[in-house]
Amino acid sequence: MQARNVLGTSAPLDLSGDPRRLRKERNVRWLFLSAAVFTILVSVAIVLSLVGEAVAFLQSIASEIDEGLGSLMADGWFPRRDRFDLRTIIWHTLSVSIIAMLVATPLGLGAAVYLSEYARPGVRRVLKPVLEVLAGIPSVVLGYFALRFITPDILRNLWDTAQQSNLMAAGIGVGILIIPLVSSVSEDAMQAVPRALREASYGLGAKKWHTSVRVVFPAALSGIVAALILGLSRAIGETMVVAIAAGATGGSLLQLNPLYGGQTMTGAMASLAIGSDQVAGGVAAFQSLFFVGLLLFLMTLVLNIGSERLVRRFRQRY
Amino acid sequence: MTARTMGSRVTQEMLRRALEGRRVNIVNPLVALTLLISLLASLAILVVLLWDVVAKSMPVWQERGWSVITNDLSPRPAETGMIQGIFGSVMLTVIVVVLSFPLGVAAAIYLEEYARDTRITRLLVANIRNLAGVPSIVYGLLGLSVFVKLILEGVLGQISGRTLIAGGLTLSMLVLSIMVITTQEALRAVPLAIREASFGVGATPWQTIRHHVLPVASPAIFTGSVLTLARAFGESAPLLLAGAVLSTFFAAPEGTPITDLVLGEKYTALPIIIYNWSRQPQQEYIALTAAAIVALLVILLVVNTGTILARDALERRNRM
Repeated sequence: MQARNVLGTSAPLDLSGDPRRLRKERNVRWLFLSAAVFTILVSVAIVLSLVGEAVAFLQSIASEIDEGLGSLMADGWFPRRDRFDLRTIIWHTLSVSIIAMLVATPLGLGAAVYLSEYARPGVRRVLKPVLEVLAGIPSVVLGYFALRFITPDILRNLWDTAQQSNLMAAGIGVGILIIPLVSSVSEDAMQAVPRALREASYGLGAKKWHTSVRVVFPAALSGIVAALILGLSRAIGETMVVAIAAGATGGSLLQLNPLYGGQTMTGAMASLAIGSDQVAGGVAAFQSLFFVGLLLFLMTLVLNIGSERLVRRFRQRY
Repeated sequence: MTARTMGSRVTQEMLRRALEGRRVNIVNPLVALTLLISLLASLAILVVLLWDVVAKSMPVWQERGWSVITNDLSPRPAETGMIQGIFGSVMLTVIVVVLSFPLGVAAAIYLEEYARDTRITRLLVANIRNLAGVPSIVYGLLGLSVFVKLILEGVLGQISGRTLIAGGLTLSMLVLSIMVITTQEALRAVPLAIREASFGVGATPWQTIRHHVLPVASPAIFTGSVLTLARAFGESAPLLLAGAVLSTFFAAPEGTPITDLVLGEKYTALPIIIYNWSRQPQQEYIALTAAAIVALLVILLVVNTGTILARDALERRNRM
């Protein structure tokens, strides 16, 4: 006797369902997949547009300017006079970023350790939103604050040589901007440290501060370093604070003293962008925008990948 | 008393001291205080910043009243106003919502609900993380070369591609990766049991997502998206490159169709006005800039509070 299925026929039962429904499922899946693949297109478009114009920039300064590629090491960054000294803007970017990190590291880490280890839930609920509100302040606002409060009311009182626009004020402004980032990423890292480590420390008789500083902090170190790297990357790429508060919009010589104005990589891009609708200067000035953009893109990419690696290594350990 | 018991009493005394530690523990509260101060420093900065901006803007509100909001831009500081910037920012945000919200949510649904852990999936995820870390001004370069020059001026042949749509597209690209990441987090927070129950009664993946996963995740997706949009609203660096006008310009005559406004007219945004005014040497602009900042912060505050209230309402409805 032949095997019969539920319907009483001998044909194998088709369980694949309504073909219309299946088609719909496939189409929806494709729709979502293409949205995800679109993000790759965005990256490709960014890289292509940067690389294309950056190469064109190198070609045009090599062929059209007397000094050729030497203009990348000329005196100062004056794109409208064909002087493209990269050392100047890279150094200024570094000095703004270092000042920013000097502000954000103690304030951000201190806040993170407090929120993660010390704050009682009630205190936490009140104080944590402070950092979230600070994170929501647009960077133009901090630029204005740096230019109109930090410089005249703080820096000028400490050093009367400080210029009206200076790298120090911009650095402090950028630092304030990245405090919430540093603090939230490193707080996450400390929260991920297992309770058992803290309990073992208390069990051996260690005090609270000893446990926080000597046990939890080192255990979360790679996550904390990742937070700092991420902060540095954000500081390097921050534009508006620098564009408003660092001064030297026309270009600048290499400035070692942070109390003077100077152009950073992003500051240089912003001021070139303002002129871009009037085509000020030669073609090379406009193309240099993309060359600096490519440098900036690569620098932040390396930092972001480095910080991502650290976070992943840290996650694997616990 | 034997030497033996005396010795043990000394040991006991030493042991007791060692265990109790110093009577007054100074280090512990000192460390706690230092840490608390570093957190309170952020609060102090926030308070000083807000107070400083509001105080500096007071003269403008007193002398000009609402006209500083409702006037068009003017080269004369006594007559200038920020309505063109507010209009531009609102329009830009609308464009960003229309473009980046569906794209971002769709990409996140794919990554969380459909994708298996393959090399391609890992590439997609890594790519989105990197996009989120690209400095905003670099997105401006993308906007300038692709949207302004290539598409609007090249393919569509417009005289100037520096229009609202170029700025909106640029901001959409900037926001897209963040939109994907926040939506992914919202989807990840939906318990697996909900999906399994739905599959168990024979629902297809799309039915499960549509009727079970998305409704549960929607309050979190909604909040995440609005906070992301608020970031876009305050963003200015990419717009400098994607063609927002810094100087004054004439607003389009009344009755211009909305498509012409978006595709063909010059534009500016509120943060761009703040940037431009903050660079002006005249003394009047210090107060004007502060007034524009107050306007920007008030808009952001209203939107953020509104979002949180709306999310709570949504969550309450879901629970019932």
